[in-house]
Amino acid sequence: MSKNIKLMQGNEACIEAALMVGMRFYAGYPITPSTELAELSAEKLPYYGGKFIQMEDEIAGIAAAIGGSLAGLKSMTATSGPGFSLKQENIGYAMIAEVPLVIVNVQRGGPSTGLPTSPAQGDIMQAKWGTHGDHPVIALSPESVPETFELTIRAFNLAEKYRTPVMLLTDEIVGHMREKIEIPAIEEIEIFNRLKPIEGKEYLPYKIEEGDIVPRMASYGEGYRYHVTGLFHDETGFPSNSSENAELMLNHLMSKVEDNLDDIITYEEYMIEDAEFLIVAYGSTSRTARSAVKILRQEGIKVGMFRPITIWPSPEKRLREISKNIKNILVAEMNLGQYVYEIQRIVKSNSEVYHIGRANGEVLMPSEIVTKVKEVL
Amino acid sequence: MTAKDRKVIINKDWCKGCGICVAFCPKNVLALDHHDKIEVANRDACILCGQCELRCPDFAIWLGGEADE
Amino acid sequence: MSSTLISNYFREANLPHIWCPGCSNGIVTRALVKAIDELGLDKNKVTVVSGIGCSSRAPGYLDFNTLHTTHGRALAFATGLKLANPDLEVIVITGDGDVSAIGGNHLIHAARRNINITTIVFNNNIYGMTGGQYSPTTPTHALGTTAPHGNIDKPFDITQLAAAAGATYAARTTSYHVNQLIKYIKKGIENKGFSLIEAASICPTYYGRKNKSGSAVKMMEFLRDNYIDIKAYDKLPDDKKIGKETMGEFKEITLPEYTDEYLRLIENLKGAEK
Repeated sequence: MSKNIKLMQGNEACIEAALMVGMRFYAGYPITPSTELAELSAEKLPYYGGKFIQMEDEIAGIAAAIGGSLAGLKSMTATSGPGFSLKQENIGYAMIAEVPLVIVNVQRGGPSTGLPTSPAQGDIMQAKWGTHGDHPVIALSPESVPETFELTIRAFNLAEKYRTPVMLLTDEIVGHMREKIEIPAIEEIEIFNRLKPIEGKEYLPYKIEEGDIVPRMASYGEGYRYHVTGLFHDETGFPSNSSENAELMLNHLMSKVEDNLDDIITYEEYMIEDAEFLIVAYGSTSRTARSAVKILRQEGIKVGMFRPITIWPSPEKRLREISKNIKNILVAEMNLGQYVYEIQRIVKSNSEVYHIGRANGEVLMPSEIVTKVKEVL
Repeated sequence: MTAKDRKVIINKDWCKGCGICVAFCPKNVLALDHHDKIEVANRDACILCGQCELRCPDFAIWLGGEADE
Repeated sequence: MSSTLISNYFREANLPHIWCPGCSNGIVTRALVKAIDELGLDKNKVTVVSGIGCSSRAPGYLDFNTLHTTHGRALAFATGLKLANPDLEVIVITGDGDVSAIGGNHLIHAARRNINITTIVFNNNIYGMTGGQYSPTTPTHALGTTAPHGNIDKPFDITQLAAAAGATYAARTTSYHVNQLIKYIKKGIENKGFSLIEAASICPTYYGRKNKSGSAVKMMEFLRDNYIDIKAYDKLPDDKKIGKETMGEFKEITLPEYTDEYLRLIENLKGAEK
């Protein structure tokens, strides 16, 4: 069979992958630079029997997507900075109600309306802490068009498996650039579908069956007639005020992610075997960092790159291990210092941590990273 | 169940004593007891119109048969 | 121990409910269930969605598919559910603050789409859950904890707002006129499109105390004596209209329904090149 090779935008690859993994519901609101995600969903979903709806605002976009998921369809919404801010409350809702959902944030310059057509990586901490209260977060960050495809599939699979909203944090560069991509055949794609209630057994909507990670999920209309709320609730799904129950529930929400880090976390190590200096970069900035590594290596400087692909939860264990042999770490990102705090927290006194970044809509150049590395050395 | 088997039934545990059913009963069948809970004071006058059931905010009074008691 | 209606449609283990003595939320909730019972709807398909507030606690008591969402967003969640599975009979329970303040945008757009959702508004003219702040339907000059010197805002007419925005069925009655309320809810559910039924309600605890409206009984009497059918109201001389409120069916028309149109779109594309 001939290979299916295409030239595609990141945003296009995202929808291509979403349709292949089974996304059948999209609700959103137009916002640059994520609009292609809505436009392509609107065009293509009806051919698959799926549904697209342009809602009246960003909040309604995620709300309807949660509704779509409760009705049994794999659902998605997409946005950018200002819309990501507006969606935060309902992101928390999906977390506490354990509703599978994929939220794509094609990051642009902020704060506020900021730089709508320029890239940024300024929503890294918002992805983690944007909605109130304690909660687990899964966020993935692709560096290329093919990886956008791959991580979109992964985002849906993780959302279904762990019954939680999963964020795909791309940026204007990855979303809009065109690259060669080989689209795999459907049978080559691993697809995870949410577990359904065990037939014939009493169904408690938030009870975790033995051997399962999360409660099994019935769709509305299938006959289970259960209750979903954003309040703390017990196994029955009904609200509970008890602090013991709240603690149990929070422990479950946190541990379903924290106990499965090996399944959730992926990262890339580039030329780190003999590295004495480490650059940490993610998303489109890692492309710049990779070039910088190549330049520095040609000059005999032993530098490598560590690239978190799963941004949250952070690849803490592996990075701490690597940092034992690394004197200096430079975190490169398109913001004025966000993920650098996470890296400092992880490596503690193992390494000195430096930062290079900006948030004016211009990407970092390899030469700037090279200069910064030499400055530190 | 024939109409004649039906009667006003009260669940005092759910009654919050708002007095709405007492006020809008057209035949003055109902009253609040000394705990401010609803009671049937004059069963013979009841015409089974169901106004009490319609307007009870607490589902504490209804027309039913013996099986419902 | 309860009536057949309650035991058939309520989650009795969760009763008695949390509402205050004399609060009309129970009356309106029962009216909704009575309408569902009279229509003989399939409980497994009935899906009741609410936002945040006193009335939005109702779904927790009802033995249907129930969804208690975030403040103001019930109609947006409900839109997703209905579009994803048009077989669901989607009913939204909401309050005046939930649907016309924080959720006002969702209300007008759900109405505009004419999506087949029936919205029941429990309008008690106050934010009850948070302790009596004025809402978009609090009358001018009335008191609330955030209008301690009298409300200087003008109130919304939610039913007329929905009608103007595109609802194909819009009606208002009160929690006193329960048989009429049941009738309107039935017509709303049967209407293939967006329906809104506003139930003028009473909050003796917050609105009533603050405004010296008297007991729950007195407030019910006010509903009985001051709500007039819109057709009769229109014939009144101007001086007789003062202090009166309108009820009745404000809109009843037929227009294409949103999920039907979407399914037609899918059908039309069948066999076409993807």
